[in-house]
Amino acid sequence: MAEKEEKMIPASSLNPDKIHTWPHLVRVEFIAGMLATLGLFLWSLLLDAPLEEPANPTKTPNPSKAPWYFLGLQEMLVYFDPWMAGVVLPSLIIVGLMLIPYIDINKKGAGYYTFRERKFAMSVFCFGFLILWIFLIFLGVFFRGPGWNFFMPWEEWNPHKVVALTNIDLNIFVAQTLGIDALRNPWVGCGFGLVLIGAYYSIIPAFYYLKGKTMPVIQELGLIRYNITAFLFVTMMALPIKMILRWTLNIKYVLVIPGILNI
Amino acid sequence: MNIVELKAKIQEIQKTVVDSYVWKSIFRHGYKDIPRNRVLMTASNVFLHLHPSKMRRHGIKVSYTWCAGGLTFLFFLILTVTGVILMFYYRPVAEYAYVDMKYLQFDVPFGMMMRNMHRWAAHGMVILVMLHMFRVFLTGSYKPPREFNWVIGVLLLVITFLLSFTGYLLPWDQLAIWAVTVGTNMARATPLMGHEGPLAEQVRQLTGLITPRYDARSLLTAGTVVGAPTLMRFYVLHCIFIPIVASILMIVHFWRVRKDGGISGPL
Ligand code: HEM
Repeated sequence: MAEKEEKMIPASSLNPDKIHTWPHLVRVEFIAGMLATLGLFLWSLLLDAPLEEPANPTKTPNPSKAPWYFLGLQEMLVYFDPWMAGVVLPSLIIVGLMLIPYIDINKKGAGYYTFRERKFAMSVFCFGFLILWIFLIFLGVFFRGPGWNFFMPWEEWNPHKVVALTNIDLNIFVAQTLGIDALRNPWVGCGFGLVLIGAYYSIIPAFYYLKGKTMPVIQELGLIRYNITAFLFVTMMALPIKMILRWTLNIKYVLVIPGILNI
Repeated sequence: MNIVELKAKIQEIQKTVVDSYVWKSIFRHGYKDIPRNRVLMTASNVFLHLHPSKMRRHGIKVSYTWCAGGLTFLFFLILTVTGVILMFYYRPVAEYAYVDMKYLQFDVPFGMMMRNMHRWAAHGMVILVMLHMFRVFLTGSYKPPREFNWVIGVLLLVITFLLSFTGYLLPWDQLAIWAVTVGTNMARATPLMGHEGPLAEQVRQLTGLITPRYDARSLLTAGTVVGAPTLMRFYVLHCIFIPIVASILMIVHFWRVRKDGGISGPL
């Protein structure tokens, strides 16, 4: 991609050949605008905006779905409690997006398409955008039915579908494996969860920091930028990790602090 | 009159019009395709002078920008026009809102079309703004000197979601109130400030605040449930407050595109 791009732009591009906005850009804008308006017109002629029964606060539909662009967040509710899925993680997504220009100090790949020159930035963003955002929306729109259960698009929505609730918390899972009575010692499990999350947030970043000590990229980033990047990255990866934990081991919470919060 | 005479006649009329006092008071330059006129075409037109009069060649490539930013703006304009038309027929009162939608659909000429265009353009704008962000990332266009414009962009992304979300409630049908109920319910779990959030109990004991009636969620819904007060609140946010904020942010965004050196490109 980058090579093709470079070839198309002449060597004299330091002093690039300029063109007149009128007619060159205005023409492109006009055509694009006309086509988009035409598309919108056809869409509006062929498909009516939905209008269901009048609002009825006593009749909750099942499922109640948020607007499609929030279904990624609604999907996160399966794996995290509302304070995480609905408040903390969305805030971190917004803040994290805003921080991107300040933590990505790679000067290459500005102003043209390239994967090779910015592999890490590209992979992380594309994973977050295409999988954790677009794909989860897709899942929410087409594959979630009553009770937020999983249905194939061609499957009939059966509101009485019974799904076994076999989820257990990680502390109980571990306690069971070790043969400890978790219910009588909640603080053991809680301590275990805290240590686990603390380790997740410190060991992974520290490991790569030490491993990358010789890498100029990490040197150049500096400690603060590195830590912010690592924090955001590790937080983002918590979602797929919890998804996998849920699907494979039926783990619900990793950390339970009774009466305060669960993660 | 033969064809040659006709042509001459037309040219004569054209000359009279273009040379007239009134015409010259409106158009300050000729239309002949010379570099000076091409520049003036952008520079002396209040709308087109959003653009520079000359730009780098690759900046107009659709394969580079996908036109996504510009089309997002176009959809915002379409939404403004169709939205104002809908406002003529719509009352944000629980008793009337739904009936007004029905009236609009069945009795207002082109009412259904206006509603459809408003609805689908709103979805379109959300799709386009996400595509625009994706393209800006792929081309690394947030890199210096455009860091801050990316930040403005993220705010615009959030504002676009909020615009769409507040509008979702206004038809006052089942889809509307339940989607908004699901959305706003999350706010009750806000740490410290939502009545079911972590540590809210402790805050309540300390301050007496943070009850179901007064917490982060009721700030949005103007009550403990999505009801008539929510409708009014969302209406004002949707039709006045958020569009104004969006417009201000877009002004800054476009200004910065220019000030940061126009559309990005390889050095
Ligand atoms: C309502 C939403 C928005 C509108 C109307 C808008 C409009 C535009 C327009 C018209 C441009 C000129 C280039 C182009 O068309 O691609 C542009 C450029 C840009 N936008 Fe947006 N934008 C919006 C949201 C965003 C978002 C969500 C981001 C990123 C998070 C963003 C970041 C940028 C940046 C960094 C540039 C400069 C790109 C370059 O120089 O190549 N904008 N925007």
